[in-house]
Order: sequence, then C-alpha cells, then structure tokens
Amino acid sequence: MKLDLSFYDKKRSLKNSFALGLVGFLAILGSFPFLAVTFYVLMKGFSALDWAFITQLPKPPGEDGGGVGHAILGSFLIVSVASLIGIPWGLSIGIFMSEVKKKTPLFRILRFVLDVLVSVPSIVVGICVYVSVVVYMKAFSGFAGSLALSILMIPIIARSSEEIFKLIPDHIREAGLALGIPRWKVILKILLPGCKGALITGLMLAVARAAGETAPLLFTALSNQYWSADLTKPMASLPVQIYNFAISGFENHQRQAWAGSFVLVMFVMVLNLVTRFILRDKNHGSRN
Amino acid sequence: MKQVVEVKGVSAWFGSLHVLKEVSFSVHENEVVALIGPSGCGKSTLIRCLNRLHEEVQDAKISGQVFLEGQNIYGPNVDAVTIRRRVGMVFQKPNPFPGLSIFDNVAIGLKLAGVHNKAILQERVEECLMKAALWGEVKDKLKNPGLSLSGGQQQRLCIARALAVSPPVLLMDEPTSALDPLSTASIEELIAQLKKTVTIIIVTHNMQQAARISDKTAFMLNGELVEYGRTTEIFTQPRMEQTERYITGRFG
Ligand SMILES: Nc1ncnc2c1ncn2[C@@H]1O[C@H](COP(=O)(O)OP(=O)(O)O)[C@@H](O)[C@H]1O
Ligand SMILES: [Mg+2]
Repeated sequence: MKLDLSFYDKKRSLKNSFALGLVGFLAILGSFPFLAVTFYVLMKGFSALDWAFITQLPKPPGEDGGGVGHAILGSFLIVSVASLIGIPWGLSIGIFMSEVKKKTPLFRILRFVLDVLVSVPSIVVGICVYVSVVVYMKAFSGFAGSLALSILMIPIIARSSEEIFKLIPDHIREAGLALGIPRWKVILKILLPGCKGALITGLMLAVARAAGETAPLLFTALSNQYWSADLTKPMASLPVQIYNFAISGFENHQRQAWAGSFVLVMFVMVLNLVTRFILRDKNHGSRN
Repeated sequence: MKQVVEVKGVSAWFGSLHVLKEVSFSVHENEVVALIGPSGCGKSTLIRCLNRLHEEVQDAKISGQVFLEGQNIYGPNVDAVTIRRRVGMVFQKPNPFPGLSIFDNVAIGLKLAGVHNKAILQERVEECLMKAALWGEVKDKLKNPGLSLSGGQQQRLCIARALAVSPPVLLMDEPTSALDPLSTASIEELIAQLKKTVTIIIVTHNMQQAARISDKTAFMLNGELVEYGRTTEIFTQPRMEQTERYITGRFG
C-alpha cells in the first residue's frame, strides 16, 4: 500500500508560509521606528528647510529665516579633527589587540580599559575633557570638542577593527611570514588591504556616532553664534545648535531644531549609503 | 649530491605537549621527499620547524638543529625572516592574500623585500606563473583578485607566490588535499617539473601520491621518524613492521 503524505506536505507548506509571513512582518515592524523618526522630523522641520538654512547664520529670536551654516561647518571641522586623532589611534589599538601575543599585562590592561571606555556615558567624557583641557587652557575650544569626540571614537574603532582582524584566518598570516615578510609588514601590507572594506564600515559607524553626539560638546566646544573656523575658539556644532534651538521656546527656532535634526539624520544615512556603495564596488569580482 | 636540509635531533612542543621526538634526517638537492603518517603524528609540525614557523605559535618550543645549505637556522644571531625567504611554503588550504590581485599575490614577496623595479617584477611574476603552470590561464586577468580563481588555480598561485623569492627549498603541507582529482594531477605534474630547480618536502596523506611523486619517503608515527629511505624500498620492502602496516592500510 502506498503511503499518502500529501496531508503532511500541505501542513508543512502552511507552516512555512506562516513563518515567512511572520518574519516579513517583523522586518517591516523593525524598520518602522527609523521611517517614523525620519518622516516626523522632516514634517516638523520641512518649512524651515531651505538653502538659507544650510548657508546662513541664525536670525535673532522672533525673526523668520536664517540658518545653521556655521554649525554645519563647525560640526564638519570638529568631527574631521576628531577622526584625524581617533581613527589612527583606535586602529592601532585594534590591531595591537588582535595581532600581539595575548598574555602580556599590557594586553590585559588595554582590554579592561577598552571595555570600560565603550560603556562610559558620553557626558562623562565631556566632563573629563572639560576638567583636563578646557579648565587648563582657560578656554572652550573646537579642539577640546574634537578631543572629547575622539575619545568616544577610539574604543568603538578599536573594538570593531580588532574583531575584523580576528576574522582573518591564521594561515593567511603564516603565508605572509613564510614568505620572509616581517610581522609588521604582514599586518600593514597584507592583512590591512585584505580587510579594508570591513574596516571602513566600522570607521564610518564611529564617525557617524561622533557626528551626532551633543553631551561631550556642551562644555568643550561650547557653541558660537558666528562663523568660525578657529579650533582654538568656541565653535558651533549641529547637535549643540539643535539643543539650543529646541530649548529656546521661539516657534521659528523650534522648527529650525527639527530641520537641523533632519540634516543630521540625512548625514548619517548618506554616510552609510555611500560607504555601502563604495564597498560593493570594491569587492566586486572577489569570491570571499 | 649536496645536502640541502639536514635535521638533527629536533624535538618540538606545544606547551607541555611533546609532538616531535628527536627527529633526524637529511634531504639532498633536487629530491622530492614525502612525509607520511597518520594524522596528528607531527608531519605539519616537522615541516614548520624547517622554516621557523613553529615558533610563531604561542607557547611553542623547539630544540635540536636544522641545517639549511650548511647553516644552522636555529643558531645564534640567525634571523627567522631571512631563513624564511630561502624556504618556501605551500599550505593545505589555498590561501591567496585577500584584497590582492593575481599579480600582486605573486609580486608581494619581492616588493616587500625591496624590489620596486616594474620591469623586473613583471618579468619575475610571469616566470613564476609559468613555472606554476598558471600563466596561460591568468595572463589576461592579472589585475583580478587572487580569490577570483578556482581552488586548483589558487593553489598554483600560492606555489607561484612561494617561488617568487627563489627559495632553494619548498615545503608543501598536503597541498592537494583540498583539491579535486584534476587539479591534484596538475599539481603533481608541476612537482615533477619543479624538482629540477628546487628541493621539495611534501606532506601527504595519500599513499599513491607519495609513491608517484617522491624519491624518498619518511614515515612518522607519534612524533617519531620511524623509517626513512628510497620510496621504492619503503613501499616494496619496508624494514619496520609499523611502516608496512601503515602503507598496506592495516594500521591500528
Ligand atoms: N597550534 C597547536 N596548539 C597545540 N597543539 C597543536 C597545535 N597544532 C598541532 N597540535 C598538536 O600537535 C600534534 C601534531 O600535529 P600536526 O603536526 O599538525 O600533525 P599532522 O600534520 O601529522 O596531522 C597533534 O597532536 C596536534 O593536536
Ligand atoms: Mg597536518
């Protein structure tokens, strides 16, 4: 007698559709907060969003128009300098953690410090820089802000680059060593080019994170109402400008706070998309 | 014939695990020596002692002497880096450098040793890819990633990479165990060609392969070199009972 299994087949395919549907629904649900935030921010700030908004200085309370050009410039400068400090530093630590023999005391100390640093609230980093740099130099400065942001970036970059380097199989390192290449050259000329793509993704995430931070800038870079590219002086930044607008109580400023938020969200998103795009192009044609 | 490699009383450890016990043997110029033995007996460890790669493993230790063209590579003031340039190595899994083109995979050993002359590099890369019987297949796509090749091609690329720094000795650790029969055959053919210019020590778990390609065979068991001699003799009239049991498949 032939066994009829079609009943089980039906049941299985029903279960399959149900599971697929559930997963799809949850995926959409998961992206909902992001879409909601973007649209809400855009809706609230759209009327304030124009060319003047990203090129001009703020108008006094009550007056319409004006913009946050100085804060966009300030954010750009502060984050650039923070990256200049944080990227090489964080990368070096990450490479050290992955490539150097694991049982030295220095390794253990670094491991502990990084673990702590990753979870330190950003405002605490701001306070530390305030006490050690701002008070000592007797001035708020864009550079102090960069320093605070770089301290936030270092553990993130170190962690991500460490993980990425650890993914490289040992026999790749050994193949390099076996060619008579010194260890440091194996790391810089063979391992690094091999994981460049993944590394850059990690770096971009850290830069995006730094660009959105407010707390560490509040009492380091402070803010500035005017155009300034002088890193030794107080400097405006987009997050702090948004904060100032948001608490100001004037209707025009509040709309501009929303518009500023939109610019910030877009910056982070574009940064992500651009990296993704570059990386997809680069890895084209390679199998692994 | 000239002795190229001479191993004298080499012992090796991973931590407290004693994996090589007083191994001694010597290899003459242009010979192919096959290392056979059950897995875990220390074949890989032994060849990694010949290019000072063993010491790169944490807690690894070694004692004894290894002479490369008369020089003790474990002597005082001997730099592992310069030794490794004279002893090429091909690994079990094909491992082209990710992110590097076919050309750069072959050229990198020379480039990082300080050769920057484009013409010399070009010539050398072509020569080594030819020796590795890969030139015809890749000459029009040298800029493609090394990883875009098939497994067998990748392994030949790794051979070309090792040959680029002109080592007198080439170590191969089960170079065909991850490859299909056709690629395996092409690598075996290649070894027959290469032996004219390099001395080859090859680990293999394939008895037929050892018989086909090697002049001498070393049988290892539990970290000891049980028997070493002409391949024809080892396979037809082994002196030790353990060797016979292993090569006839009646082991254990
Ligand atoms: N990195 C390592 N750390 C600790 N033990 C190892 C390591 N590599 C190999 N061993 C041990 O050393 C012994 C010999 O290994 P190996 O030389 O790889 O054998 P074979 O190549 O003959 O299969 C085995 O018992 C193995 O478990
Ligand atoms: Mg092995």
